[in-house]
Amino acid sequence: MQAESSYNDKVVRQFAIMTVVWGVVGMLVGLVIAAQLIWPGLSFDVPWLTYSRLRPLHTNAVIFAFGGCALFATAYYVVQRTCHTRLAFGRLAAFTFWGWQLVILLAAITLPLGITQSKEYAELEWPIDLLIAVVWVAYGVVFFGTIAKRRIKHIYVANWFYGAFIITVAVLHIFNNLAIPVSLTKSYPIYTGVVDAMMQWWYGHNAVGFFLTAGFLGMMYYFVPKQAGRPIYSYRLSVVHFWALIAIYMWAGPHHLHYTSLPNWAQSLGMVFSLILLAPSWGGMINGIMTLSGAWHKLRTDPIIKFMIVALSFYGMSTFEGPMMSIKTVNALSHYTDWTIGHVHSGALGWVAMMTIGSLYCLIPRLYNKTAMYSTKLIDVHFWTSTIGVVLYAVPMWISGINQGLMWRAFNTDGTLTYAFIETVKFTYPYLGIRLLGGFVFFSGMLVMVYNVWRTIRDVEPEPVAVVQPA
Amino acid sequence: MSEAWGWYVLILTILSMLACFWLIAYSNRQRNSPEEIAESESHVWDEDVRELNNPLPMWWLWLFIGTLIWAAGYLIYYPGLLAFDGVGGWSQEKQYEEEMAAAEARFAPIFERYASMPVEELVADEQAMGIGRSLFGNYCAQCHGSTAQGAPGFPNLTDDEWLWGGEPAQIEQSILQGRSGIMPALGPSLGGDEQVAAMVDYVQSLQDGQDTASPAHSKYMMLCIACHGPEGKGNPVLGAPNLANDQWLYGSSDDVITRTLMQGRNGVMPAHKDLLGTDRAHILAAYVYSLSQ
Repeated sequence: MQAESSYNDKVVRQFAIMTVVWGVVGMLVGLVIAAQLIWPGLSFDVPWLTYSRLRPLHTNAVIFAFGGCALFATAYYVVQRTCHTRLAFGRLAAFTFWGWQLVILLAAITLPLGITQSKEYAELEWPIDLLIAVVWVAYGVVFFGTIAKRRIKHIYVANWFYGAFIITVAVLHIFNNLAIPVSLTKSYPIYTGVVDAMMQWWYGHNAVGFFLTAGFLGMMYYFVPKQAGRPIYSYRLSVVHFWALIAIYMWAGPHHLHYTSLPNWAQSLGMVFSLILLAPSWGGMINGIMTLSGAWHKLRTDPIIKFMIVALSFYGMSTFEGPMMSIKTVNALSHYTDWTIGHVHSGALGWVAMMTIGSLYCLIPRLYNKTAMYSTKLIDVHFWTSTIGVVLYAVPMWISGINQGLMWRAFNTDGTLTYAFIETVKFTYPYLGIRLLGGFVFFSGMLVMVYNVWRTIRDVEPEPVAVVQPA
Repeated sequence: MSEAWGWYVLILTILSMLACFWLIAYSNRQRNSPEEIAESESHVWDEDVRELNNPLPMWWLWLFIGTLIWAAGYLIYYPGLLAFDGVGGWSQEKQYEEEMAAAEARFAPIFERYASMPVEELVADEQAMGIGRSLFGNYCAQCHGSTAQGAPGFPNLTDDEWLWGGEPAQIEQSILQGRSGIMPALGPSLGGDEQVAAMVDYVQSLQDGQDTASPAHSKYMMLCIACHGPEGKGNPVLGAPNLANDQWLYGSSDDVITRTLMQGRNGVMPAHKDLLGTDRAHILAAYVYSLSQ
């Protein structure tokens, strides 16, 4: 078959498999640090194993290695299928794969060594940041190059979201990481004080908004209708919520800095736009759920659809919870507590991971000339471990977080604080335990996935897939 | 920040919100003709991926419009536009000051009542001791431990051994003004390793009396006597620990004492006057006093 007449699925396969691998690794590190919070001795007095160094390793591994590979894989797959053309710049695409793996490898080495910029979700030092920027620009060139040579006039909605995600993440990454290097492993940001904090959370919140929301909405917009065999509910809704979402997310960052030295006006503005964000966020949920609504009967037989509907439900829940937590009075209670961790993981596990897993179960057989995964039963097992795992994770964190907040502010009739800090720490122990259990259950499902994927692909020599003629 | 930035923020915010209104109105317009809808629904990608063009759900639309209207109201009342501080005059600094003033008005009388009571009486007052326990848990336990038994470098407050004196007035002074206990680094003055080791032995055995035969004795009488006294009993005026008992601030092992001798120590108790105020510190002093009674 002519190269141009088939899809470039090699790079998709590479990213898809690494998604599973990094998912296991990243979640395992998460389990370790969850256990360290209960048994601090688990760092064995080895500096590389301390919580402070493993925690950024966990967040980087799950967001950028697991989530990142999933976004690369699906964006490359979806843009080819919906543009009816082979991926542009094949060698550049291969470079993005190896470049991204190198970034992950360097992160896995430098973070345990304690080499860090100390900016949350942007810990990696400047040489790695430069590599990320180069890989990311290459990603954009491949993606938009493919859009440019599409053989169908209309650009499918999934590509709008992938496109917005790629452009915005480049801007966020570059501006937040502007720094003056003093050595190969050390740099100082060009921003100081509260400006640095504001830049950091402009970046941090939009990493959530564009990396973990817009990108995965792109995934949702292709794999949900594909798997359900149903058309997207409303084109109009997708237009409104796309533009509103990308325009408004940009403003929401300051809600991470309520009641700090950030000026009052910036705090209020961040909060106001976080609340306006509720409806645009829900637009994606409505479009996804209404697309599935003609296919309810498939829930009985297709666990992939189950993954997707639960992912959309958690998306809706997290994007309701987020605006509520951005309200100053609520934030005064929730900030710095486990509630935040619960919120993040209901989004990260419930939405991001479950949408990824569902999409991968839809994608992987197609990449290996199969009609389905090795075992549908095992997908169902994975679905239940994931669902139970998320619930066991998020619920105790909510209980623990709200109680922490209440205990911190409780005072006696004489005005002294009712609880010493250590009492609030002690209170959280059982909930940290249930959280660990939830994480373990979720993780065990990932191992089931590894087995299922391995059995699906183990002795397949993948054949190229012919480019479909536009209708 | 210059005035121009204030207007920039104000105008950009209002334009963004108006743009949202326009986006909703445009997408929800009634002139979506059947032909337009049919056209948009005719697109097909990848064999079977299509989009319907259903109208926007009304409840969702009203949710969106509702948040926009609410936002406009919020930005009129609260500061959020930089060029315009809001009609409510709210700021977090003002909220803090008001809440603190309200708390002070409510609680200060409770503490004032105890301010004139001597510590010896406060110790017997159940409510005062309750207040003291709460204060201790939040201001002192971080270093001295929740049971006040201390940690290496942080004195045990329950053993009636005091670096700076255990009289109520001395304790209150420690809390209000803080203390700074400095042991200078004596490394070079002690001579070589052998002399240091001899001094470690000498210090460790001071509790059994002075070993005048020790080679370190003369060095002690020269270098240590000024603060720790001729028999090693310490000096509360300088915060110099008593070396002639079996209580050790930093530890009694060879390694720890060697480190103390070679590198010195710098013990700091921070001043709490600004954090607590004198009335609360008075009750706290009584509580700390009660711990060793």
